[in-house]
Order: sequence, then structure tokens, then C-alpha cells
Amino acid sequence: MRRILVILLFLATPLWAVQPDEILADPALETRARELSKGLRCPVCQSESIDESNADIARDLRLLLRERLVAGDSDAAAIEFMVARYGEYILLKPTTGGANFILWISGPVLLLAALGVGLVYLRGRQKGRAPEALSEAEKTRLAELLDQ
Amino acid sequence: MLVELGHFALITAFLVAIVQSVVPMLGAARHRSDWMNVGAPAALLQLVLVGFSFAVLVQAFVVSDFSLRLVVANSHTAKPLLYKITGVWGNHEGSMLLWVLILALFGASAAVFGGNLPASLRARVLSVQGAIGVAFLAFILFTSNPFVRMARPPLNGEDLNPLLQDPGLAFHPPFLYLGYVGLSMAFSFAVAALIEGRIDAAWGRWVRPWTLAAWLFLTIGIALGSWWAYYELGWGGFWFWDPVENASFMPWLIATALLHCAIVVEKREALKSWTILLAILAFGFSLIGTFIVRSGVLTSVHAFSNDPERGVFILAILAVFTGGALTLFAARANEMQAKGVFAVVSRESALVLNNILLAVAAFVVFIGTLWPLIAELAFGRKLSVGAPFFDAAFTPFFVALAVIMPVGALLPWKRARIGRALVSLRIVMVLACAVGALAWAMQNGRSALGPVGAMLAVWLIGGAAVDAWQKVGRGEFSSKIRRLARLPRSDWGRIVAHGGMGVTMFGIAAMTAWQSEDIRVVAVGETFKVAPYELSLNAVTKGEGPNYLTTVGDISVFRAGREVARLYPEKRIYPVARMPTTEAAISNGFLVDIYVVIGDPQNGGGWAVRTYIKPFANWIWAGAIIMAFGGGLSLSDRRYRVGAGQRRRSVGGVPAE
Repeated sequence: MRRILVILLFLATPLWAVQPDEILADPALETRARELSKGLRCPVCQSESIDESNADIARDLRLLLRERLVAGDSDAAAIEFMVARYGEYILLKPTTGGANFILWISGPVLLLAALGVGLVYLRGRQKGRAPEALSEAEKTRLAELLDQ
Repeated sequence: MLVELGHFALITAFLVAIVQSVVPMLGAARHRSDWMNVGAPAALLQLVLVGFSFAVLVQAFVVSDFSLRLVVANSHTAKPLLYKITGVWGNHEGSMLLWVLILALFGASAAVFGGNLPASLRARVLSVQGAIGVAFLAFILFTSNPFVRMARPPLNGEDLNPLLQDPGLAFHPPFLYLGYVGLSMAFSFAVAALIEGRIDAAWGRWVRPWTLAAWLFLTIGIALGSWWAYYELGWGGFWFWDPVENASFMPWLIATALLHCAIVVEKREALKSWTILLAILAFGFSLIGTFIVRSGVLTSVHAFSNDPERGVFILAILAVFTGGALTLFAARANEMQAKGVFAVVSRESALVLNNILLAVAAFVVFIGTLWPLIAELAFGRKLSVGAPFFDAAFTPFFVALAVIMPVGALLPWKRARIGRALVSLRIVMVLACAVGALAWAMQNGRSALGPVGAMLAVWLIGGAAVDAWQKVGRGEFSSKIRRLARLPRSDWGRIVAHGGMGVTMFGIAAMTAWQSEDIRVVAVGETFKVAPYELSLNAVTKGEGPNYLTTVGDISVFRAGREVARLYPEKRIYPVARMPTTEAAISNGFLVDIYVVIGDPQNGGGWAVRTYIKPFANWIWAGAIIMAFGGGLSLSDRRYRVGAGQRRRSVGGVPAE
């Protein structure tokens, strides 16, 4: 039993997110790599970016991304390269193109619509039976009462 | 034998739930009080039966009865007792049984505490509650029976997912379910009121405590889950916008909206149909959450089950209850006559704005969560919607909420002037800007997130303080202090909860903006610097826990030459489940968390060590707990305890305040 445990211990050694050996020597490039990898999805994980993921493929993608950056790709070019290879599935932040426009626009549009409806509702209520402001005479009377 | 009795009790509970859902409803329609009176004892009996059934399952886990398939799949004799018990709900079948147990608990408490409800409303509420019970008991009995036996019991079990063997996650589901299922009460009251065709201030007063209780538990449940993610997943993230997290967040947003507009119904008899709609939606989102988690349709880290049969069953439940209630709503909503009159600028309007922001925010989360599914089905595009989308699309709503919150809390009912509220808040406003500017000056040219968060936090907490100070009215300082202590608990609840929101927002903004990270290879005995600390790796030892093997690092943290913390980060392997986990070592502080994770031994010698400095991390969950505490204060308000929800019938009998 003991031996099995020891074997398992070595078999199952996991990799944890960004490894020390992945880090680029140039801090500026490394910062860019970290920022970009936060927006790329680990293909075998759920809602995890390659920056956070422990999966082997995430490590491969991190290394690939760094290779592109070292080769002189701009941020946009590096992302484009990754998308060309792995599909738009890899983008954690969906593009605004095509049908995705609906996704991006629906929140603001609904907010405006709700504000419009809300305002019409509130105005309608006020027009009907709005509480009237106190007249000058009433105000003086009120002040008198309060002073007593 | 006991297990069969538990199974039998569950079947009996199903039959009792059918009676509970049919007889009182018919009784209420035909004005037969003997039929209506069936509801309360049926609800209590259901609780006893489901409770017994649940206790049997717990017992089977505690004694490791490996003749039960569920115990085999989720337990192990070497597992600590605590996790044997919490393992009961660490799986699909058991967690659904917990769901139904809590449902029965709420039904029974409605039966016990509902004595002052009008008989017909009470009968209808219990009947709707019974109907939900029927649906979920059927779901358990027909698709997810926890009492299935093994033909050949194995000698030992397969152990629980090690990620779940943790105190934070052990108590996360019960709280979350208390919240999810608690919203069923608001739903039952809404449907009962629609059938009844009458909603008045008394209804608002009855429904609010249930919503408050559900909201409070949901808040704690979400906070526990987020705290767990922070320390367990090994890099200190606290929210991932994972579909399963969103599933709990959407009901929270709607419940928060419901909580606020139920006040308008209670105090001003306005916004009735909107409140009813929110009550239906809140529980609808709970059901959607259950569907997302249980069907695995948007598979995610948390989803343990991937069984389409179950998914379709829950979808049917969702369609029947939400669809049915919405149809009823469409037919009856225009019968709700609003009474209270108010001007465009008034507390009522501020609460309408609060509701709009919360509801649209919930919708944004909803569409973002479901978009990958929609895009694939409708447009054939396989894509992801992750944290960057939600950060961009959701955050503005909460910033807007934070900006209006202190102003709205100061506005009087009916007719108000914004100018007056702003004058009261002028000191807070100046203070908030000053703190924001200070934060901006102190950080070195990074994002605006931190300063804005600090500004909003001061605005919210200061606003809550002004709210309290204004409530006590005029007078001498000492008498104001005395009156402060005597403020109604509901006022204190609002003040505390709004302040808690500020604390949480500050924690999120500060930690996200100002955290720093260090990843490196460290040899034993080596010292390294992570500003402003110095860390040294004293030793790395291997050990053995009850059901795992572990590698423990021993790290001293120094600041200015003085040891401020000794940390023992662990890396565990659970051999039975064949899963590794990281146990980060965290030095929790009021101002800063030092978060250390030990990684793998490196080829060239030494160990991978990650260090995170997380400023104000604990404020995130502290704020959530403060919010929940505020909810508790509000719940204990005198008006819910004394003559709770009596219609104004006994003019002379009300005790003088």
C-alpha cells in the first residue's frame, strides 16, 4: 500500500499555473504576456484563463504566446495567431462582431428601455394624483404649528 | 432496514406533498375551512418525513454503509467525520435531498408562524409550497434516488472530491440552498396573492421577512463560496464569473431588488405588480440556477452531474412553475390597484431606480452566462464568455448603484428634494473625493480602479453614517446618541447593510488594483524579497494526513527584520480520489493578506514558490457578513415580531409604542 501511495505521489504531480521557468527575462514582455493570457481561455477547463489554469495545454499555450511575443508580434497579432489556431472559443472576452453585437448591446439597450418605461410610469403617476406642494399660507401655518 | 425506511419515508413525503398541494387549494376556492386546515399539519408531517429520510442518509454516511451506492461513490472510511457528514450533500442525490429538506423546513415554518395570516391565503401559500415539494420529490424519487443499494458492497468507498473536503465548501451548499429555497416562500406568497387577487400593505409585510431571510442566507452562501475559492484554488481569485457562480448570483441580485421594492408595497402600497413579478423571477432564477448546476448544460468546475434526463426534468419543473406563475401574472396583474401616490423625486422613485439597475444587471449576467449556448445553437459559433466580459458589462451597474444608494436612503417618501439630501451628504462627498485623490496619489500611475473603489467605499459608509445621524433628528448631542440606540432595527439594518456594501466594494477594488505577485524558484534556506516583506523557506517536509499525503513548506515572513508570520503552505495528494489540492498558507490581516503557495520541486533543485500580497482581501467577505448582519437586524425588527402582519383590524388592541 505504502509503495502505491509513493508511486501515485509522483504520477499525479500537478503543474500550477505560471511556472518559474516560463517567465520571460524581459519584464515588459512578461507583463504583456500575463495580461494577454488573462484573456485567453484554457480549452479544456471551465471559465479559467490560461494564466490561472493548471492544465498541461494551458502551459503549452502560455509558452506559445510567449514565443510569439518574443518573435516580435504585437498584442493584436499574437491574439490573432492564437484565435487562428484554436478558434474564437479561446477568447474569454467575446468579439463585438456579428451576432455577438447582441450580447454586448443588450445590457445598455435594456437599461435605457427600463429607464424610459420607469420614467413614463413615474410621470404618469404624478400627472394623475400628484401630491401638491404646500401653498404659502399652509407653509406659514405649518411653521407656526412647529414652533408651538 | 433503516435505509429502506428512509426511502419509504421519502415516498410517503411525496404522497403527503400531493395532498398538501391539492386539498388546501380546493378548500380555499370552496371556502371550506376543514380542507384549508389540512395544509399546516401536512407541511409539518412533510418536514418530519423528509427530515427522517435525510437523517437516515447522514447515518449511512457516518457509519460508512457501503451497501449504498451513493456512500461508495462519495465516501471513504479514512475520511474525517466532518466530511463524512458534509459528504451527504457533496453529490447530486444528497444535495437534492438537502434541497427538499430545506423546502420542507420553510413550508413547516410557514405553517407554524403563519397563524396570523388570513386562512385562505395561508392555505394557498402552503399549497403552492406543497406543489414545489411534489415536483422536487418526484425528481429525487424518479431520477436521483439516494437510497439505491449495491448488489455487492465493496470494502471501501471512492472518497469525496478532495476540493470539497474543506470547511468553507462544506457549509457553502446548505447556506446557498437556504437562500435559493427561501425564495420559494416569496414565490408561494406571490402566486397565492395572484390567485387571491389581493395585495396590500399586509402582504408586503408578510412576504418581506421570508425574502430577507432568504437573501441573508444567500449572501452568506455566496461569500463562503467566494472565500473558499480564494484560499483553495491556489492563486487568490475570489470570483470567476463561472456559470455556477452566476447561477447563485442572479437570484441574489433579484432578491436584493425584491427586498427593496417589498418595502414600497409595505409602506406605500405601490409597485405591487412589479413586486409580484420580481418574486416570481427570483425563484425562477433559483430554479434556473438549479438547472444550470444539476444538468451540467454549461459544464463547469462545480457541476458533478452530466445527466440529460435530470436536466430535462428540472427544465420541465422550471417551465411549469415559472411559466405557470407568469401566465397567472399576465392574467391578474392589472387587478392590482396601486394606492400610494408619489412624485418623480421621492424615495419610491429611488427604489424604482435601484430595481431597474439590479434587474438589468441580473439580465446582463443571465445573457452572458447563456450566450455560449445561444451562440452555438442559433449561430453555430463556439465561443466563450468569461470574466473580461462580465467585468466590463456588469461593473458599471454596481458603480451606478453605489452612487445613488446614499442619496436614495436619505430621500423621504412621497416627495423629496435631491438638493437637500446632497447638502446632508456634502461632508461625505468631500471626504470621498479626498480619499480617492489620496489613493490616486499614493499608487504609482496604475489603474483608476483602486481610487474609484476607495471613493465609493467612503461615499457608501459615510452615507450610511449620515443616514443614521439624520434619523435621530435634532437635539443635543447626548440625547442624539441615546436616540441612536433606540432607532428601529429596520433602520439599523439598512444602515449596516449599506455600509457593508461599501466595505465589500472597497475590498474588491483594492485587492484587484493593488495586489502584487511573485513567482520564483526557492532553495531551502534561501531568503527572497517581496516588497515590503522578506520571506525565507526554512524547510520542506513530507507528511501524511488522515486520507492524504502532503508536502509542507515552512516559510518565515519578516518585515524590517522582525518575523511577522510563519506560514505552512501545503500540497496534498488524495490517493483514493487521485487528486492533488493546494492548501495555500495565508497570513490574514486587517490591511493585508500574505498568501503563499508551494509548488513542485524543480529540476535544478529548489521549489516553486508563489507569493501574493493581497491588500484588504478580507474586506470582501467581511463586507458580505456585515450585509448579512444588517439583513438579520432588519429581520428582527419589532414590527415583524409584534403582531406581525396583522391587517389593521383591531384599532384599540395595539399596544402603545
